[in-house]
Amino acid sequence: MSEPVQLFVTCLVNSLYPDVGKATVTLLEQAGYRVEFPFDQTCCGQPAFNGGFSEEATAMARQTLDVLDATLGPIIIPSGSCAAMIIQHTPELMVGDSEYVAKSGRVAARTRELTQFLVDNAGTEIVGADCGDCTTTYQASCHGLRGLGVLEQPKRLLSDAGVDPVPLDGEDECCGFGGLFSVKMPEVSTAMMDTKIKAIEASGADLVVGIDVSCLMHIGGGLKRQGSHIRTKHIAEVLAGESTGTSQ
Amino acid sequence: MTSQPVTFRGRIQGAFDAGVPPAINKGARGHFQGRRNAEQAFPEMDGMRDRAREIRAHTLSRLDHHLAEFADAVERRGGNVFFAADAAEANEYIVGLARSENVELVVKSKSMVTEEIHLNDAIEAAGIEVVETDLGEFIVQLAGETPSHIIAPVLHKNRYDVGELFSAQLGVEYTDTPGELNDIARTYLRERFLGAEMGVSGANFGVVEDGAICLVTNEGNGRLVTSAPRIHVAVMGMERLVPTRTDLAVMLEVLARSATGQKLSVYSNIVAGPRRDGEPDGPDQFHVVIVDNGRSATLGSAVAEILYCIRCGACLNACPVYRHVGGHAYGTVYPGPIGKVLTPSLFGLEQWHELPAASSLCGACEEVCPVRIEIPKLLVELRKQSTGHMPLGIRTGIAWYSRIATRPRLFRVVTRLGGWMGRLLGRGGWMRRIPWLLSGWTDKRELPAPAPRTFHDWWSNRET
Repeated sequence: MSEPVQLFVTCLVNSLYPDVGKATVTLLEQAGYRVEFPFDQTCCGQPAFNGGFSEEATAMARQTLDVLDATLGPIIIPSGSCAAMIIQHTPELMVGDSEYVAKSGRVAARTRELTQFLVDNAGTEIVGADCGDCTTTYQASCHGLRGLGVLEQPKRLLSDAGVDPVPLDGEDECCGFGGLFSVKMPEVSTAMMDTKIKAIEASGADLVVGIDVSCLMHIGGGLKRQGSHIRTKHIAEVLAGESTGTSQ
Repeated sequence: MTSQPVTFRGRIQGAFDAGVPPAINKGARGHFQGRRNAEQAFPEMDGMRDRAREIRAHTLSRLDHHLAEFADAVERRGGNVFFAADAAEANEYIVGLARSENVELVVKSKSMVTEEIHLNDAIEAAGIEVVETDLGEFIVQLAGETPSHIIAPVLHKNRYDVGELFSAQLGVEYTDTPGELNDIARTYLRERFLGAEMGVSGANFGVVEDGAICLVTNEGNGRLVTSAPRIHVAVMGMERLVPTRTDLAVMLEVLARSATGQKLSVYSNIVAGPRRDGEPDGPDQFHVVIVDNGRSATLGSAVAEILYCIRCGACLNACPVYRHVGGHAYGTVYPGPIGKVLTPSLFGLEQWHELPAASSLCGACEEVCPVRIEIPKLLVELRKQSTGHMPLGIRTGIAWYSRIATRPRLFRVVTRLGGWMGRLLGRGGWMRRIPWLLSGWTDKRELPAPAPRTFHDWWSNRET
């Protein structure tokens, strides 16, 4: 019997990019794990937390902890920012409630961002990606990068898969998404996005790969509006060789 | 900048309409890269930052004690100490001193706290001339502007701007050669240094154990300001103390590297007391004005950590928001990530609630901070205190979303309905225009429509 892993897909993947979830299942199964999907999962609470709505964030974070703490094995998330929420911020939110402090500690210790898990824990060998005749570049998502130290893992997986990413100038500079920031401060948010898009165009890539659908949704939404041929795709879809990504 | 729009978004729009000078982005990135190079060349940097943070934390945990000791030490050396509760008290003291000493000309070296309390306005209102002697500050003063960066006040200007300004304001022939521009300023300022009766400086640090202030500059103007005029007034934010000279050494190691990528600033002056008998130089009077102006309240608040700040400006250079909007958009003398916390906590969150919201929480600021201030965490804390200013739609939306997301069955039903709606709304999977709350998104971006089938539904079918 293979080792179980728990998949936490995130609310954005669940509703907007289910194909990223499917690709994640494929990758984890290819790596030899039995994927379980705790069915009562909803949202980790990050949008509320970042906005300063701590009461709502706490409620959602507790719901997430209740669901995940009742399971066994590594918890895998195809998102750097949701993983950072569960690993770093959820324990902060639970301070003062000893039962949930304990739960958040246990859950945080089991939680990994997908590429982090595949490289650091599972030692996965990727057999080959299928993105046609594409040139990829990698955009580092801020919370995965600065919160969890995820940078080399996704790049290595892409290289192993034969789609070595071309360098992106300012790969560690924010694309301007930032959750509610993108709708509350659209002027700055889109100015940052325009800078990012210019760097992507200058890189020569036609496929932007990342570990967070939120950032990719932002960059992809801008590319689409500007009529660009450049597409965005979550790394799980690239690595799993899914030919029909929904990212764009 | 009194004619600026009152809201952050208004100021940003104004800045975008006028065109944010490319010099800001270029300059900030240059400093950022300089810092990175300095860090890579100094393996001890990480450990030094830890120590610097400890020193700041320790100092602030017993600030009252350190302040009393510092004041005693200054007085033992023959200096005067004045505690100013707010800007008005600080200005009154300095202007009062200038008047009673019949001062007609004041020269200043660069100081953020004097910008904060608008000291120049107060001095000029008293009919006394005041001249900034830091080249950047001098340019800002000539242009009638405010600094746009903590350590590089004229980051928003290029040499052509400065050439035109000098030619218009100083009556010199136009030149845009940096060396010649420097000479023009030097010649102009030299006379002021010699004629001024009072020199006003800031203080990068106050050293408790020997009642000295440390002043860091790259131009040497600080030395002249503190030694040529017969009165020296050092204005210092209340939190800027370090207990010992050894602590000071640690702070200087991280300050210059973080600010400009230098190992050490060109001049690090330690000034203590007035001229003593037998000394050739130095002022007859030495005053230290210690400014509270909201700092005590901040020290007792949930964002007290912001007082660790040593004003290196590294967070500004790293910040993608700052790079895009420039310093003036922030509305006060403290721009960038540090300003987003400092301004609301010193001057009131009610008035400045937009600033903490103006961040994507990317964390680039915390990554470079020499004293490791957790700026994103502090921003979230201030957001927590100001959710009432969020648009009603967002507040209601979050409340409803939370209710739904804490009820898993309901969540699955609602997200499934979302899929149906997405099928009706979307055009090829993307939505071009959404009214009301999300219009801010769709003005310049498409938004993906919900997928026809949620992952939950796909998983259910997969299992059966």
